[in-house]
Amino acid sequence: MNEPKPMSDNAPVSPERRRFIGAATATAAGLTLVPGVMLIEVAHGRPDDQAASSAVRWGMLVDANQCATGCDDCVTACSTENGWTPVAESTHPTQAPQWIRKLELQDPLTQMETNLPMMCQHCAEPPCVDVCPTGASFKRADGIVLVNRHTCIGCRYCMMACPYKARSLVHESLNDTQKADVPRGIGCVESCTFCVQKVDRGDGTTACVEACTAAGHNALVFGDMNDPESEISKRLRELPTKQVRADLNLNLGVRYHGI
Amino acid sequence: MASITFREVEGSSPKYWMLFGFLGLFVLFGALAWNSMHHHGHVITGMNNQIVWGLPHVFAVFLIVAASGALNVASIASVFNKPMYKPLAPLSAILALALMLGGLLVLVLDLGRSDRLIVAMTHFNFKSMFTWNVFLYSGFFALVGAYLWTMLDRSVKTYSKAAGTAAFIWRLTLTTGTGSLFGFLIARELYGSSMLAPMFIIMSFAYGLAIYLMVLAAAYAWTGRPLGDAVMLRLKTLLAVFIAAVLYFVVVYHMTLLYFASRQDAVAFILRDGGMITTLFWVGQILIGSVVPLVILLTALGKQRMWIMVACALIIVGGIVQMYVTIIGAQAFPLDMFPGMIEKSSFFDGQIHHYSPSMPELFLGLGGVAIALLVTTFAVKVLRLLPASLDDATVAKLEH
Repeated sequence: MNEPKPMSDNAPVSPERRRFIGAATATAAGLTLVPGVMLIEVAHGRPDDQAASSAVRWGMLVDANQCATGCDDCVTACSTENGWTPVAESTHPTQAPQWIRKLELQDPLTQMETNLPMMCQHCAEPPCVDVCPTGASFKRADGIVLVNRHTCIGCRYCMMACPYKARSLVHESLNDTQKADVPRGIGCVESCTFCVQKVDRGDGTTACVEACTAAGHNALVFGDMNDPESEISKRLRELPTKQVRADLNLNLGVRYHGI
Repeated sequence: MASITFREVEGSSPKYWMLFGFLGLFVLFGALAWNSMHHHGHVITGMNNQIVWGLPHVFAVFLIVAASGALNVASIASVFNKPMYKPLAPLSAILALALMLGGLLVLVLDLGRSDRLIVAMTHFNFKSMFTWNVFLYSGFFALVGAYLWTMLDRSVKTYSKAAGTAAFIWRLTLTTGTGSLFGFLIARELYGSSMLAPMFIIMSFAYGLAIYLMVLAAAYAWTGRPLGDAVMLRLKTLLAVFIAAVLYFVVVYHMTLLYFASRQDAVAFILRDGGMITTLFWVGQILIGSVVPLVILLTALGKQRMWIMVACALIIVGGIVQMYVTIIGAQAFPLDMFPGMIEKSSFFDGQIHHYSPSMPELFLGLGGVAIALLVTTFAVKVLRLLPASLDDATVAKLEH
């Protein structure tokens, strides 16, 4: 019969076991803490109760030289991420919302062709925000221009004011393609949100950029234009870029190279 | 100064109730149109993501502009002290209120979320011209309402001039606001011009007076009250002056745009290349809306009541066409994001945008017109707005 070891037994625990317990504890602590640290430091994710910060200005670089003819992966990715029906599948193409579209340009004199995606330019001085009667159109501190789904009355004045034709009215009842984190609604105006749900989650990128990179074109870069060390800031320092309708002096969040 | 007897119209004849029922029917059609637009969404209209403001805005803006113009006759009486116009003032004020009501109803019922009107009344962005207009419209109701009160209630008659002057200044500001809804838009070549504000003011003078004259003549003809030529002939000359001024502004506005190379294509679209829009501009706005009425009003034809009415009707039709050209025409021409380049996309960039108004839009707009006329028809029955007689002898006494 085995007698239980008395509690006072001070026989030494094996050194291997002690080391194992120490390592396991450290690993567990590490696994718990690291993602949080990574989230804050790498991707600028922020908790729900923390307001967007003006220290950040989200922006996008479009390299039109890399943007492939006939490729619309960015458009498809946007529609999948944000739950809007692709125009090709819509029964009312002139009324279907399009958050992003591929624009084909041709110089009639030189015949040179350029491809680029066009969407909300996330102006620092957005005309849509100026004209919105209820303040539903607004710019977040981090530069993202959005529409408040609860106070938009569907007057469409912002659509009259936008120089980029970036906005769409939802003309009919929405089907079940809606996403839980992308509120939409009939009778309201909507446009590109820079995938704000992804940005706030800490992904640090947008669906269109991910798709463009995955396709190997690397025509799109997203990031914090206020952070001199971000990839977008570095690229913007090197590449000559232009703003569309720069004459309007709206200080755009989307900059184009190769136009 | 001789006194004038104001009297309600009896409003018990079958003819009155037929008019009432006819207008009521169009109000009902308007309500049904709104109901289906609200139920199905704007998908059942001809509007889309290219032409975002359609026929309802054409009617709404026309009625709002005409509303402030309809107040002119009253303004001439009290602000500019012309006793001959005093008996004409109450109808002028009620017509202004009625047209404004009709226009605003069309405007708010065309919202994507017309059920959220309360949001528009409680959330304000003071950088928006639309927000300014919300206050200008409500102020208009308050001031013109008070002004009408000073005309109808002898105990507050002494405030009439003050109320009239306030309403006059307010209506000039209001139409400046309406014109600036377009004038303050930077995106489109045909807008973004301070010319639009004064041009809308002078247009309001013309449209408002044309509607006023038709309503006045109809009211007197249908109630068998005498309406002398003295009143009509003086007002028709004023109308001719307004129309000439409208033409002047239209010419200067387009000439200014033509001088800017960046805006030439857009102006050429309206004046030469726009197909239907160009036809509407030259035939509807210029010929029918301005030139023909001017010829009628300034020649011997303008001495006949019948022809004055024809001229007024043409000015009203021309005014609605002008709003169509101003609102739809400017949207039909594509945004020029990359000047000098040919643009192509799934979102119809670089293309002329087409618009076919739908039945619900038409009936919503007509519903606004019907509401305005219905309110006027009812008001002349319950309030003492119309002088019992406006024959030449009665009017002549007023000026001495």
